[in-house]
Amino acid sequence: MIEISNLSYSIAGQQILDGINTHLQRNQITALIGPNGAGKSTLLGAIGRQVDINTGQIKIDGEDLQNITPQDQARLMAIVAQHLHVGSRIRVVDLLGFGRWPHAKGRLGPQDHFIIQSALAQFDLTDLENRFLDELSGGQRQRAFLAMAHAQDADWLLLDEPLNNLDLKHGRSLMAHLRQMVSEKSKSVVVVLHDLNFTLAWADQIVAMRDGQVVFAGPTTTVATSEALSDLYQTPIELLNLNGHFFAQYHR
Amino acid sequence: MSDAVSPSRPLARLNPLKDQRLWALGVALLGASALFVFWGGAWRSAYILELRVVKLAGLLCVGSAIGVATVLFQTLTNNRILTPTIMGFDALFLLMKTILVFVAGVLALPVLGATPTFLADTTVMILATLAIFAAVLRRARHDIQLLVLVGVIFGLLFRTLAGFLQRLLDPSQFAIVQADMFATFSGMDQRSLAVAAMVMACFFLWLASRYAVLDVMALGRDQARALGVPYDRLQLQILAAIAALVSVSTALVGPLAFLGLLVTALTHALMRSHRHGLLLPAASLISCLILVVGQTVFERVFSLNSSLAVVIEFCGGLLFLFLLARGHIK
Ligand SMILES: Nc1ncnc2c1ncn2[C@@H]1O[C@H](COP(=O)(O)OP(=O)(O)O)[C@@H](O)[C@H]1O
Ligand SMILES: [Mg+2]
Repeated sequence: MIEISNLSYSIAGQQILDGINTHLQRNQITALIGPNGAGKSTLLGAIGRQVDINTGQIKIDGEDLQNITPQDQARLMAIVAQHLHVGSRIRVVDLLGFGRWPHAKGRLGPQDHFIIQSALAQFDLTDLENRFLDELSGGQRQRAFLAMAHAQDADWLLLDEPLNNLDLKHGRSLMAHLRQMVSEKSKSVVVVLHDLNFTLAWADQIVAMRDGQVVFAGPTTTVATSEALSDLYQTPIELLNLNGHFFAQYHR
Repeated sequence: MSDAVSPSRPLARLNPLKDQRLWALGVALLGASALFVFWGGAWRSAYILELRVVKLAGLLCVGSAIGVATVLFQTLTNNRILTPTIMGFDALFLLMKTILVFVAGVLALPVLGATPTFLADTTVMILATLAIFAAVLRRARHDIQLLVLVGVIFGLLFRTLAGFLQRLLDPSQFAIVQADMFATFSGMDQRSLAVAAMVMACFFLWLASRYAVLDVMALGRDQARALGVPYDRLQLQILAAIAALVSVSTALVGPLAFLGLLVTALTHALMRSHRHGLLLPAASLISCLILVVGQTVFERVFSLNSSLAVVIEFCGGLLFLFLLARGHIK
């Protein structure tokens, strides 16, 4: 479990995270939702120690994040950021190889190669393995980074808007894959989602944020109501029940 | 997926000793060195031989220092057009050296020998680099245009300050500084060369165990840290290494702004790899090759002793403009 208490973060005099108290549960898909600028990416960055928090505490499985070495952290959580770029010109398969760095430190063994190959297959990248990253479409690159995080084989997967750029098929297969990792490999997933229908269909838990604060949090089935969501996004959202599945109607 | 032998294949085990391109470069360098030393029947005179061997050693030191420093710098800054000299590292070295000479003069310290002077210069240079560039790099890392601007302005500032201090020096002190102010490949001091070679050997040994983590650092700070790499600590260490290597080359031959750029452009074109286990040796071999071949041609064929630096700078400068115009920042 990731416990976040009294977490605040400000930069240039602007309060970006404002007293966050919440927890993210193990063995669940938790959707982090909320309007643009709510602070979702910043919260994910704070958990991944990419932004240095000003006050507050983050505990992972009871251990203060500050006391975890970077090496251990890399085995504990894998992060796929919202904006993806790498400094060097590398191939897809090499990127996945870097995912094994926390385990193999550059000396890839047969086990690592097996994991890399299966990650390539999982994310439909086998045909693209020798392409350079800058020769890929946005969605393909996104999948390459997701596959790298998969190869990292960490307990926690933190994904920031992974459905960006993905077509219907790959978006759905990503969510199914995340579900499978949670149920079969006891992984835990925290994912920033903008599409409410994906949230309703796949998330076990929801943490909803606005203006750097948590507005509501809890199991999807209880907290995802038409009123709560409409209030969160400040726009009318209707929930329709179709054969027991809920769908959000907000397009018009 | 069948063969995993050629190192250019992704994910293959990296073994620089199996790379044919590196071997070819090594053999070419060996040939060029032999030509440089023995040209015109030099084996008949032990005196000439010794002179030439010392000079060759100097060229090799400077070549590998510039090649390695530039690759490291480009890895830290995530770009392929900046070099330590374009960013004012050499100007900083000259400033530090001028300050040391100036302070020694004011305090009437006894003139030190070449070795302690060189070590003092290098140490001060490393400290100054860490203080200045670490602070600047941390803020401007993501903005290459800002980085270039800052580097150019700092370079100008260092040069101006050094120039001002140099006016205050007496002629004999000035002569000490002047030796490092212009790039020349003649008159390298034998003892500073030995010290320089030792300093470099230490850094290269240190680097030899870190080439794989450099590949991860090249992904960028966030990615590298997410993979468990202690990026900030390594960055400081590598900056110190760059500062020392620039000190070596500036102390031995003077500032060479564009050689590094020429070298890394050729290295990337030849190796087509992101792996530092290949890039670092290739860059130092190519850099040495350019210097040795160039010096042989200019000194032996054209009998022009001082033109090599000018030609290298001209070619490198053109390449710099070309890369800028093409927008080749990565
Ligand atoms: N480097 C930064 N400097 C100043 N403000 C920032 C910076 N990064 C993000 N912000 C601000 O912080 C707020 C939260 O950003 P972010 O966490 O990216 O939101 P979200 O991911 O929920 O859309 C936004 O208002 C954004 O403008
Ligand atoms: Mg965001």
